[in-house]
Amino acid sequence: MNTITLTYNVKFCILLLYLVLALITIAAYILGFMKKNVENFKTRMKSFWIIVILFTAAFMFNKLAAIIFIMLISYLALKEFFSMIPTRRSDRRVLLWAYLSIPIQFYFIYTGWIAMFYLFIPLYLFILIPLRMVMIGDTDGFLKSCGTIHWALMTCVYAIGYFAVYFSIPESINPTGGTLGFLLYILILTISNDFMQYLFGKTLGRHKITPKVSPNKTVEGFLGGVFSTALIAGLLAKFLTPFSFGQAFILGGILAIAGFFGDITMSAIKRDIGVKDTGALLPGHGGILDRLDSMIFTVPLFFHYVAYYYNIGILD
Amino acid sequence: MDKKHFDNIVKFLFFLLLVKPFIFFVLGINARNLEKLLQNKGPAIIVANHNSHIDTLLIMSLFPTLTILKIHPVAAADYFCNTKFKSFIFKTLIGIIPISRHITRQSKEEVFADINSALKNNEIIIIYPEGTRGEDNQIKEFKTGIAHIAKMNPNVPVIPLYINGPDKILPKIDAILVPFISDIYIADPIYYDNTSTKEFTSKVKSIVENLYLTHKKKENL
Repeated sequence: MNTITLTYNVKFCILLLYLVLALITIAAYILGFMKKNVENFKTRMKSFWIIVILFTAAFMFNKLAAIIFIMLISYLALKEFFSMIPTRRSDRRVLLWAYLSIPIQFYFIYTGWIAMFYLFIPLYLFILIPLRMVMIGDTDGFLKSCGTIHWALMTCVYAIGYFAVYFSIPESINPTGGTLGFLLYILILTISNDFMQYLFGKTLGRHKITPKVSPNKTVEGFLGGVFSTALIAGLLAKFLTPFSFGQAFILGGILAIAGFFGDITMSAIKRDIGVKDTGALLPGHGGILDRLDSMIFTVPLFFHYVAYYYNIGILD
Repeated sequence: MDKKHFDNIVKFLFFLLLVKPFIFFVLGINARNLEKLLQNKGPAIIVANHNSHIDTLLIMSLFPTLTILKIHPVAAADYFCNTKFKSFIFKTLIGIIPISRHITRQSKEEVFADINSALKNNEIIIIYPEGTRGEDNQIKEFKTGIAHIAKMNPNVPVIPLYINGPDKILPKIDAILVPFISDIYIADPIYYDNTSTKEFTSKVKSIVENLYLTHKKKENL
């Protein structure tokens, strides 16, 4: 029951992922030999390898290992968020409660208690955070503190928790891909969306779309990303999901828009605080939240799309 | 197996299995110019601001575990060695060099004897010239002890650090630990330069304060 089924298509996609990564790495080293300046790119690739290997290793074993792995990522992300934002000294105990919500949230995920997973952070922590804060009684900057702590939880525990909640989807609804198929699908789409937006922006980009938040983003890059991601989503759907081309095409468009806004939302936060990166855990990438920025929006949204079609966790 | 050997094995395992996973996973360090610290194989005098007990574990964890055996934080005897148990724990696990904070009629050499002999053995010492942990993340006055040590060991580099974060993790006034990622800024090593001990002390302090200013600047890009 705890094992994760790897269908033929999923294995094929994972193999393909490694192949692409290997090709890019080889290309980087060849450019390096040609005395091109690719040192930064190489460190990025090194981090990428570690991420991909850790992910596949965690997801190959069983459900528990995968969920614990995501839980640790959630912890590292929340710690990064709390270290990045200015916090009040009087909130130390509130932050501790926030950290303690992680194992509880992932317990709900592991036991498949999806309704509690849906409600724990948005409802219970919404009550518990201010409750703990008024018990301490520091009203100076209360709302700001309360808001940032809950936002941190929504981002780093609730949204990242969705990576793990995919394992609660019954495998029977997705015969071609299994649960891992859904997860792989959304990860591939988000990454390719980031890449396509970058590619279209670099080649065709003229008109800035968010000049104040992220001056490098353009309307052309955004639209190119949305349409190419919709297309990739449609083409890939057959291999990894139970969705038809049409369903997946629309889904891909929505995810591309969400991914774009996830990305610039994190940029806006970094600009607000005045940091370049959210952390320094992944050399060449910055922090965990720098890497997950667009997934914070896309992964939960895609889960809801699946849950909507198959009525997952609404009434249990 | 003699006692020295046994202590080393205990300290090695303590740092490898407990301290390092705790510091790097549960907490986290973002170190700037780490190579300036690691290129030094000892002896060295590491000087840092002090807000929390975590400071010492952070600095030591930056080094390879084998090098950690050579690192000795200088610690107040009246606080860390006031009971036999505490003295045993801190001397064995951390490798502290106890020093008396209340110097009466002892000569300088006597007070600094253990520190000097450690430096002669190519070992690394950590010293917090503020004398105690601060409570509000401000850099307090530096005591001149570092200058006296540097004067007696003019060939040993003094490496100033600025640490930001541990005052949030485990402040002096609180016993509950809350995880945060810490920042450590490392300056170029300096040597004692025949000035007065007062001047040397204020020189070290201004380096630490400059590191603090770089940190502030990075916070408000």
